[in-house]
This record gives sequence, structure tokens and C-alpha cells, in this order.
Amino acid sequence: MRKLLLYLVPLILITNISYALIEIDITEGNREPLPLAISEFFHDNNPEIIDKKITENIRTVISDDLERSGLFSSIDDKAFIQNNRAMHLKPRFADWRLIKAQGLLTGELAIEEDRLRVEFRLWDTFAEKEIEGLVLITTIDNWRRISHMIADKIYERLTGEEGYFDTRIVYVAEEGPKNKRIKKLAIMDQDGANHKFLTSGKELVLTPRFNPVRQEITYLSYFKNLPRVYLLNIQTGIQEVVGDFPGMTFAPRFSPDGGKIIMSLAREGNSDLYVMDLTTRVVERLTDSPAIDTSPSYSPDGKRITFNSDRGGSQQIYVMDSNGRNQKRISKEGGNYATPVWSPRGDLIAFTKYYQGQYFIGVMRTDGSGERLLTENWYQEAPSWSSNGRVLIFYRETKANDAGDGHSSSIWSIDLTGFNERKIITPVDASDPSWSKLIQ
Amino acid sequence: MKILREFIKMVSTFQNYSRYLVIVLFAMFLVACETVPKESATSTSSTSSTAAVEIKDGVYVGSDTVEMLAIDVPDRIFFAYDSYSLTKAAQNTLEKQAKWLKANGSVTIAIEGHADERGTREYNLALGDRRANAAKDYLMTQGISFSRITTISFGKERPVNSGSNKKAWAQNRRSVTVRTN
Repeated sequence: MRKLLLYLVPLILITNISYALIEIDITEGNREPLPLAISEFFHDNNPEIIDKKITENIRTVISDDLERSGLFSSIDDKAFIQNNRAMHLKPRFADWRLIKAQGLLTGELAIEEDRLRVEFRLWDTFAEKEIEGLVLITTIDNWRRISHMIADKIYERLTGEEGYFDTRIVYVAEEGPKNKRIKKLAIMDQDGANHKFLTSGKELVLTPRFNPVRQEITYLSYFKNLPRVYLLNIQTGIQEVVGDFPGMTFAPRFSPDGGKIIMSLAREGNSDLYVMDLTTRVVERLTDSPAIDTSPSYSPDGKRITFNSDRGGSQQIYVMDSNGRNQKRISKEGGNYATPVWSPRGDLIAFTKYYQGQYFIGVMRTDGSGERLLTENWYQEAPSWSSNGRVLIFYRETKANDAGDGHSSSIWSIDLTGFNERKIITPVDASDPSWSKLIQ
Repeated sequence: MKILREFIKMVSTFQNYSRYLVIVLFAMFLVACETVPKESATSTSSTSSTAAVEIKDGVYVGSDTVEMLAIDVPDRIFFAYDSYSLTKAAQNTLEKQAKWLKANGSVTIAIEGHADERGTREYNLALGDRRANAAKDYLMTQGISFSRITTISFGKERPVNSGSNKKAWAQNRRSVTVRTN
């Protein structure tokens, strides 16, 4: 990754003295998006800024991020009554209220010693107050990350929750017919920008997951026809096999501190869960049942693990302590359950459910109560949480016809509320998405 | 009692329903049995009578996709949905493979386990491993040394039939024996 030098300078420290400030309750679901006016960022006719279209680009990235969240709408700038540099100092609030803008974003750009200086302010047009303001300084080519960070700040200020725009998605890019599918690891920003393939497609690769603290991915590779869990350093491109196991290892996930990998090991037809410490390389066996135990996920405090098992006759979701003790089934409703994923807030587990020929993505509490199905389709699975626990991404496949055509695979996102379902655009077919934490 | 066995088969595919629904189903089933003439009620268990029977009890019994390791030695066996138990036909095929392996003592093999596209990717990897090992275990009971057999699961990653229908899924639920030397 590019080296990032970043300074965050609090601009005005009045952010929490508020009266009737705009706020969004994001637990509400299908509410009307909050109209925001996102103005262009002004500058002193700087040729480099003009040349690289930085003003337009920043505005587009910020408003796209916010609109995709489903919580905000960006007002067309043709409707703006006031559109000059003075508004960054003191907007004419009445003009903005007139076009129904509840919030207004203004900003200024400058290039100082080859570095881009971005200053922004978020205004509450009804309370007539500045409610957020920052100066960010970075390399010029880093305008895109700065834009995501500003969108995160706006989201945070207006919802009270951490943003999730300065994040990335690793997934499996798929090409070719179903029976000869070529799969590659690919990585992109959360909005699809900076797309990059990480493997060549020579080997079958599946189920990548981000390390929550390091620039690292764990995944399953069929290198030399030996399906094993691998580690890939995103910065150096160096890959290494994880451990020396006598059978297929698969379904790898990192522990919340990034120091361990939990995975399934298949031996003589039986799959159990194992954990390996990446520093000491010590391996510990966590489950010992004649059933299929797989798709594990740690709780955010690292103390518990959820996984799916068919030990009771059908696939269900279980939880246990991180040492393997106290294994207990939690899924209660009818159907088969798989791929449980513990939410970053710790209170929910997202899952795939198979019931009456249809596949669902849903959530339940960690004791299995309060099951809520968010989306139903012919085939979909493998939810992954946004860093703030408000959005899930997963992949969905379409049914092929009898000739085997018409099959496709793509990544979708949906809010925890069950609303705002969106397809995430990728250059080729996509599956097995994993969403990163906020980039450090 | 045949009717009861039919019912159990039917219920087992709905094993996650509540007891309630099971009772309702049973009642409906009995009603159906009463209204339908005996002959047709008992013959509905297999697939349609016009086309050649290709799927029996959820297991593919056709030969479209089957290749031969040698004369009369089929390379693959088929499984029911989410199952790794060996049918009579599968055991028969594996016995032929064992005989062939005994006659060709230097041959080593890999058994590839596969699943259909219904089911999560990771579960199917484990299921493919179960199927490959079920075949391996049977070959070992027929006197073939484990040292000549490796297994690999492809889960649902390598279907032979790319369709999304019952026949395609049945053809894809398989383990395939391939020579490795």
C-alpha cells in the first residue's frame, strides 16, 4: 500500500454544542434519505487541482458513498442558489433551506509543498451551525482516500455510528463456464475503485478473509492440487502455506487480534475445527465430532466462536468458548443454517439459511433468539459485515438453464434493517466477499 | 408396510419441519392414498415411466457422464443429496475398480469428491471429502492398499453438468477415480 502521511487537525471545537441538530436514527430502516448539499471544494485556480479534476472527483466520491448508504441523498448542484467561496466561511442558510438541504458540505483545497490540503465543514442549515470541520493533509494522489474519510466523518456526525467508507473488499473474481471456472483473488475499494487481481487464476482459490489488523489475507488455494489454507501479504505479494496438515485445510478466518487462524481440517472424511497461532505455530484442536464442523467465526472479543455443524443430523449453527468448551446449538427455527459470522458489535450473528429450496441471509442474537431474515433468493450465501456492523455483503448466484447457460455470480449489500439492497459492480463475476475493517 | 415407508421417505426430506407439519402431512398423505388407486400410488416413487429412469431415490443411475478406467470399469459413483452412503450400484462399481486395481498392481489413483451446487461452498468442500473417503474406504475393504489412493475434494467447484436442475445436480454428486500414474 502507498505510504500515507496524514494529519488530522481539529478545526473548530464546537461540534458537540448542539441545539436542534440534524441526526439520523439508522435503526429505523426504510426512512426517507436525508437531503445533503455537497458543494464543490474551492481553490485558488490551482492548475494541478484543475488538471487532475480533484474538485469534481472528491465531490463525486463523497456523494456516491453517502448515497449508497441509503441514508442520504445528494442534491443536484444545478439547484444550488449560493455557490461561491464565501459559503465556506458563512453559508446563507436560508438559501440552502429553500432547496431542502438539511446539511451542507463546503470545502477548500490547496497544494502546499506538493501536498494536498483539504479543509471541509459540515453545516446544519436549520440550526445554522457548523457541526463538523477538519483539515486533512496528504499526498496529492491520495484524494480518493481523503474523500472516503470525509464521507466517514459526515456519516459519523449524522448517524452517531462509525463510518465504513474507507474500507476495502477482497473477493473471488470468476470467469468462464461453470464446469471450467477460473477463479482469482481480487481486491478493491468498497466502492469498486482501485480494482486489482491478486492471483493469476492458474490455481483454484476460494474464501479469502482479511486480517483485521495487518495487510494480510488468508484463503484456500489448490496449489499443486493440495487444497490448503494460505496467507498472502498484500503489500509484498508473498504467499505461504499455513501449517503442515495431513489433509485439506479450508474455511480459514483470523482471530480478532490477527494473531491466529481458525480453520477446518478434513481427515478421512471428517472435518473438525483447529486453530493455529501464527507466531508460535502451535496448533490446537477445538472440535472432535464425527460430523462436518466448519465455517467458524470469532466473537469480536475473541472469547467465543460460532460455527456450523451437521452433528445433529442437519446443518445448524453452534457456539463454543474459544478453547472448544461448551459447544451448544443456537439455531432454532426450521431449515439448514450455515456460514455464521459474528457481528463487530458482538450482539448478532449473520448466517446463510436454506429452507424450502430458497436461500436466505439473516441475523440472530448470539443465543439464537430474534431470528430475522433480510433477503431471500434462489442461491446466496457467505455474509460479511461492514466494520460498523450496519451493512452486510454476500454473494448471489443465478440459476443456469438446462444447457448450463445463464449462470452468474455477484456481490450484493444489504442494510441490517433489510432495506437498501444493492449490487456491487465488479469487472467480472464475483463471489466470497470479505469486507475489511477501516483502513488504518 | 409400504405406505408407511413412503411416508417416512417423504418426511425425511422435510426433516426440519415442526412436528405439527409432519402430522398434517401424514394426514394429507393418508387422504391422498385413499383417493388414488393403489397401483398409481405405489408407482409414483420412481421418475416418469416414459423416459429412461436416470435418477433413482435421488441417485443418478444413468451413464451419460461416466467414463471407463478399463473395459467395464466405470470411473465414478453417484450419491443422494447431502449423502455419502454408497448405493448398491456404487459398491458394484467400486468392486470393479478394486478388481482392476488388483490386476494392475502398479496403478495409483486419486479419488475426487464432488457436490452439487445446492449448499454453501465450505460445507460442500467437507461433503466432497466425505464422499471421496467413502469410496476410498470401500476400496480398502476390497483389499486395495491406502498407499495407492489419495483423495481430493472439489466441493461444488467442478460440476460435470452446468445446468441447475435435478439431473445436473444428480450427475454432479459424485466421486471420480482418476489414475495418477
